[in-house]
Amino acid sequence: MELILDIFTGICFFIGSLSIIIGACGLIKLPDVFSRIHAAGMIDTGGTAFFILGMIFQTGWSLITVKLILIGVFIFFTSPVTSHVTANLARQKNILPLGKKIGKIL
Amino acid sequence: MKSLILFFILITLWLLMSGHYSVLIISLGIFSCAFCVYVAKRGKLIDDEGLPIFFIPRLLNYLIWLFKEILKSNLSTAKVIINGKVEPETFTVKASQVTDVAKVIYANSITLTPGTVTTKMQKDIFEVHALNSDFGNDVRTNEMDNKVTWLEGKK
Amino acid sequence: MFLAGLIACAITGILILVRIILGKTTFDRILAVNSLGTVIVIGISLHGFYSSRPEFLDIAIVYALINFIGTVAVLKLFSTGSLGGDK
Repeated sequence: MELILDIFTGICFFIGSLSIIIGACGLIKLPDVFSRIHAAGMIDTGGTAFFILGMIFQTGWSLITVKLILIGVFIFFTSPVTSHVTANLARQKNILPLGKKIGKIL
Repeated sequence: MKSLILFFILITLWLLMSGHYSVLIISLGIFSCAFCVYVAKRGKLIDDEGLPIFFIPRLLNYLIWLFKEILKSNLSTAKVIINGKVEPETFTVKASQVTDVAKVIYANSITLTPGTVTTKMQKDIFEVHALNSDFGNDVRTNEMDNKVTWLEGKK
Repeated sequence: MFLAGLIACAITGILILVRIILGKTTFDRILAVNSLGTVIVIGISLHGFYSSRPEFLDIAIVYALINFIGTVAVLKLFSTGSLGGDK
């Protein structure tokens, strides 16, 4: 039983590590602010979700599990707010995104 | 009634976070939670917008669907970053929700799935920035819009 | 296993620091600092498990909250020139 949980934790940590490293590469590689927000969103959702899932497999049921879930919920609720505020402020300062614009934009 | 629900949520959070169950600590917790509820009630923060409990029965169903979407778009975003085929596009969509809470949930759901970000909003028109035309088509089919309208449950 | 996760977090932190140094506009830097905060939250929790003292999770919760408040406060200061109240 211990071994199975360890294997699950290893798989979750592997996917999480891959996710945050690809996100950081995207943060360097992508061309402008609005595209980089997508890479930051990948770190915030995929990375944290899989790391926290992997840690939950190690603890079992206790107060520590509740605290892990609370960290996940905080990041889950605050990440889109910071992304939206950054993008909105960049638009207010008249930075136009690259690429084509379909129809009339605000 | 809503104040009582808020007090119950706060005291549950206190008990789960502290882990010490002596009389002194619990009474301090009850006192501070009651003070928070008093301040919120005095500031008229306890209404349908401040404590949106009207969609909780349908919330679990929506969250499972949202997690599935997030997983799928994480995979697609990773593929786009590795391939380097970035063709960003910007467009507007119309939200069909009535209340402000549901509009915020819709905008946040768009932002939470990697690959699409809401950059601006005016009344019920959102400006969305997508990393690729595939992500843009996912938003333009209005599937998420219908789900959030169902979650709101006002129609 | 936890050590491998910590090493991945360290590599990610270094890559994000490159973006903070290179970043053209202020928004790039703020976005990268926010992502760095998320990675640090994961790192604190992993370090707590690695040294078998899971009490570190309390610090991780506080760091997650302060990271959010700090980012929004810096953005507000950048946009309006004040943090609210009379000028």
